[in-house]
Amino acid sequence: MGRFVVRRLAGTAIVLFAVSVIVFLIFNVIPESDPAQSMAGKNATPTLVANITEEWGFEDPLPQQYLTMMRKIFTGDLISYEGRENVDERIVEGIPATFSLVVGAAVIWMFFGILFGYLSARKPGGRLDRALMIVSVTGISVPEFWLAAIFLNYLAFKLQLFPTGTYVPFTENPLEWATHLILPWVTLSILYIGFYSRVLRARMLDVMNEDYVRTARAKGLSERRVMTRHVLRNSLAPIVSLFGLDFGALLAGAIVVEYIFNLNGIGLYTFESLINQDLPPVIAVVLFGAFFIVLFNALVDVFYAFLDPRVKLGSEGR
Amino acid sequence: MSGRSPWYLAYRRLRRNRVALAFGALFVAIVVFVLAAPLWATQVAHTGPTATHTTERVEVDGEKREVVNREGKPIGPLWLGAGGRFFLGADGRLGRDEMVRLMYGGRISIFIGFLSTLLATVLATVLGLLAGYYRGWTDAVISRTLDVIWAFPVTLLAIALGLALAVGGLRIGPLHLSGSSIWIPILILAFVYTPYMARPIRAEVLSLREREFVEAAVAQGAGPLRVMFGELLPNLVSTLIVFFTLGVANLMLLEATLSFLGVGVQPPNTSWGTMIGGGFELISTAPLLTVIPGAMILLTVLSVNVFGEGLRDALDPKSKIRLEAHAGIAEPEGTAV
Repeated sequence: MGRFVVRRLAGTAIVLFAVSVIVFLIFNVIPESDPAQSMAGKNATPTLVANITEEWGFEDPLPQQYLTMMRKIFTGDLISYEGRENVDERIVEGIPATFSLVVGAAVIWMFFGILFGYLSARKPGGRLDRALMIVSVTGISVPEFWLAAIFLNYLAFKLQLFPTGTYVPFTENPLEWATHLILPWVTLSILYIGFYSRVLRARMLDVMNEDYVRTARAKGLSERRVMTRHVLRNSLAPIVSLFGLDFGALLAGAIVVEYIFNLNGIGLYTFESLINQDLPPVIAVVLFGAFFIVLFNALVDVFYAFLDPRVKLGSEGR
Repeated sequence: MSGRSPWYLAYRRLRRNRVALAFGALFVAIVVFVLAAPLWATQVAHTGPTATHTTERVEVDGEKREVVNREGKPIGPLWLGAGGRFFLGADGRLGRDEMVRLMYGGRISIFIGFLSTLLATVLATVLGLLAGYYRGWTDAVISRTLDVIWAFPVTLLAIALGLALAVGGLRIGPLHLSGSSIWIPILILAFVYTPYMARPIRAEVLSLREREFVEAAVAQGAGPLRVMFGELLPNLVSTLIVFFTLGVANLMLLEATLSFLGVGVQPPNTSWGTMIGGGFELISTAPLLTVIPGAMILLTVLSVNVFGEGLRDALDPKSKIRLEAHAGIAEPEGTAV
């Protein structure tokens, strides 16, 4: 186990480096125009462009430019030339709202995904099973931002079932915090609930044919105990690894959902920067977002290896 | 039951799948709808997708009405009240014909979805064949490169490229693409999706190349190119068809997201995603401007997904993976092949 963890972490360090190089290439090398010009934004003056060229060292060799960019991002020197604000400070301010949104959505999605998957595996072909099939297919076909807009207009504006307005900090009023987040949580998680329950159901139906399940039944265990302790538990592993991959989609979903529900987090900041074509905040968000996902996936892999020790062999063979 | 080709058998299985056929027909209907855009624009609406009618009036049942009123609110759907002009109303302050925009926007959305998936499929097939056939160093270089792109959350990668290239433009050799070219989103989508296709294709090539027919071809003196494209590729076709349909569905959604965020299709071009972006600003007064383009995306992607599912069942009836490729994850590890 120890060796596996060390190896996985070393691999992660290499991937983090590669990801940071990609971000550098995307913004400073691949586009045709002068990066200082792009960075300066819409109201660029020749002086500002000259200052940016100087500050970012755009005339230095590329490896030097790369180091300058990383230093600016990680030491909190990064400035948005559009709004004259410190980018890292704005990102830190947005953490509570985005964290509440993303974690809440992930909890709801895993809880209901597992619950519905379990219930539909107990009665394949039943009503719930068929309903989930439809939810699942629709879930992977619907644009998230559109669903959010529809919910906002019809459930919050028209029917007034949910409050409108911005994010309320948990420390200020826990109840308001939750009621303002219900709709965003549902929007972000509903697309995945159907899909996850389908994956879990398929896996559980496979596991039910295993010998150890027959043995458990033969021992005279109650049906409920067989289903939870033996079938469900041995079906969860694929869901965990899938979750690691999909968590990234959740972060991207936060950008549109925070804009539509006007939640004052990192996503809304990113949205505004994209619409204003303001590069520095987007550079930072993309880099931090990608780093976060890579690290999160490494953790999920380690956790997965705990759940199912066989994967260690598999991942070393690849 | 002799002499039936596997393609014929697949066709028969597909023909029996009523749900898949119904959604296939829906997709064809949507394509016909968007292809009819110039016809509707010239014969019925008498305007183009970018023509503005801010200060004009339109005659509805003998009564003159402003296309955009003094508060900036666009006219709602007139259906056939003005002989087909402003069938779905106007799109906002600029007073453009929403129906015409919907039809032209759909052309761009579907065109980008198909073309970017086609590019990704070709690229992924070549990379998968090279990596799976040569193995060793070739495989190591290709696979590690794809792994790094894979590690990047796909939407964030596309957003970053979309912004950088929309602002800065792109030059590939002698080819210059300005920031507003629709080739930029096409190339971005193809690029970010390639790893999700190349990995499972490589895995399949690895297992196919051990089969007897490859050995037989080599014994007859076939070179690497002949084996890859003459022997292995035909055996990948059914897999590629399935990946292609899933790719179209996923990439149409991703295009919509990018365009909504202002980093996909750039003006003067319009896609369904950009229309929602504009419509959302008026959601409380004119919700249909958001509802309709989104419903079109949903119907199109849904029809591709359900029909694709039917194709998969028809081509590989033993397959247990159903709709497990969505928004980024192609195949959960271990279920591919």
